[in-house]
Amino acid sequence: MLTPRTPTGNSTLHKIPFRAGGFAPQPLPLVGALTLIGLLLLWQAGASLGWISTRFLSDPLAILRALWILLVSGELWSHLSASLVRLAWGWLAGTLAGLAVGLLLGLFSLARAAGMAVVSALFPVPKIALVPLFIIWFGIGEGSKVITLAFGVFFPTVINVLAGVDGVPRNLIRMAQSFGLSRWAILLKIILPGALPSVLAGFRITSSTAIILLVAAEMIGAEHGIGAFVLSAGNLYDTDNLLAGIAVLSVLGLAVAWIIGWLERKLLAWR
Amino acid sequence: MTLRSAVTLSVEAVSHAYPALPVLDGITLTIPAGQVTVLVGPSGCGKSTLLAILGGMLHPSAGQVRMAGPVAADCLNPLTYVFQDFALLPWRSVAGNISLVLEGSRLSRAARQARIAEVLALTGLAPFAAAWPKQLSGGMRQRLGIARALAVRPAVLLMDEPLSALDAQTRALLLEEFSDLIARSGVTTVYVTHTLSEAVRLGQQIVVLSRRPGRIREIVRLDRPLTGRRAADPDLLATEAHLWDLIRADAADADRELDLA
Repeated sequence: MLTPRTPTGNSTLHKIPFRAGGFAPQPLPLVGALTLIGLLLLWQAGASLGWISTRFLSDPLAILRALWILLVSGELWSHLSASLVRLAWGWLAGTLAGLAVGLLLGLFSLARAAGMAVVSALFPVPKIALVPLFIIWFGIGEGSKVITLAFGVFFPTVINVLAGVDGVPRNLIRMAQSFGLSRWAILLKIILPGALPSVLAGFRITSSTAIILLVAAEMIGAEHGIGAFVLSAGNLYDTDNLLAGIAVLSVLGLAVAWIIGWLERKLLAWR
Repeated sequence: MTLRSAVTLSVEAVSHAYPALPVLDGITLTIPAGQVTVLVGPSGCGKSTLLAILGGMLHPSAGQVRMAGPVAADCLNPLTYVFQDFALLPWRSVAGNISLVLEGSRLSRAARQARIAEVLALTGLAPFAAAWPKQLSGGMRQRLGIARALAVRPAVLLMDEPLSALDAQTRALLLEEFSDLIARSGVTTVYVTHTLSEAVRLGQQIVVLSRRPGRIREIVRLDRPLTGRRAADPDLLATEAHLWDLIRADAADADRELDLA
């Protein structure tokens, strides 16, 4: 206990109290896992003891059972593979287009002046609102779904690439110019690697955006896909399968985040 | 490494103004071949602006800089800077940062590797060739800055306050090394500093600029060779005191000035 002392003029020796504790978050890796397990146990106990109506919220064991049945019947894979293909094409198309446009806006003043107006106008539009339009344009099939994803991924990618290019320290570009590097070499060796951290941070945002749009697009007219599966389970009051589908989405999101984390560790080891 | 540069720069009536802010006014000056010219003056007098103009990194508002003398055949970048903030690529290793300025050249791969090895050895960086810049101390980062500059075998070395981001002890160590490297290589050097003790250790021609807009107040010559100069040498201390007399009033005024830039 810290007791305030007033200067007394006497020469008693006091231990100097330590005052700089706290405000330093500690990594406690076990706590996270234990919390999750604890919550699952509570949930299971609540359902087994009848406190939670399993008609509205299935218990973890029932969800696991549903997942197992989906897995062995091959149904899980037929939905998951349909979703993964859409996710891959949509994300890739949006990312590649976003990288190209973002670089153009980042490098050329005219492109930036013209392009930023368009990007600013379209970026805030909720992309789900465009699904009906894309269905009119591209039909109810794969095209409209992939385009929806690509469109949703495109804008945040443009903005992150632009921020990345703008964030490359000017002194590095001037250094390269002073050593006579060509414009092409400056782009490849200074601007692209310098923008990479921001581009990869953008991947985190666009991958979760893509999963949201994937599920939304699949809920509007698809036979296969995790989104379609979750919707049809809901229509049948089949909460076991509904929550199994959501669990798959959660794992999908985790897997994507892990891949991006791995890419960051590989490519940004210099930070 | 000998660079025995025979390249001279002549600064002819150079003036420069940023919008509504004149920084240099009518500078005429010769940068003699194979010698060290130091630019000193109060804060904001346009020293770094003049250095940027010398290397073609800034168009002066008026006047011009011309280069005379033969550039050696192995020189890849005649006018080469060493920067105050080092300007290293954090995503390239020590060797990679040197390689950067050789990659677009006509040198063969083996010749590039040889040059990298040579400048790493010259600056004591050889054991750190594979390290990231973030792992280096400030002193080692600036040694890398000078290694990169020497790798292109410059005709003129343009050094913009290369020691001012470092602590006093590292500064003293690097000053000795720079002095030694410059003396041995014989490269024409322009060195900007606001530290007068650096000016007298390195300078053979010390150009004192006035407060903004910078004009040449005096050119002080110190004809002694760089090798053998010591911080406590009476002639250096006397010159340092003289430089301070020239700058003191301007420095005090510059200190009280609002930043208009």
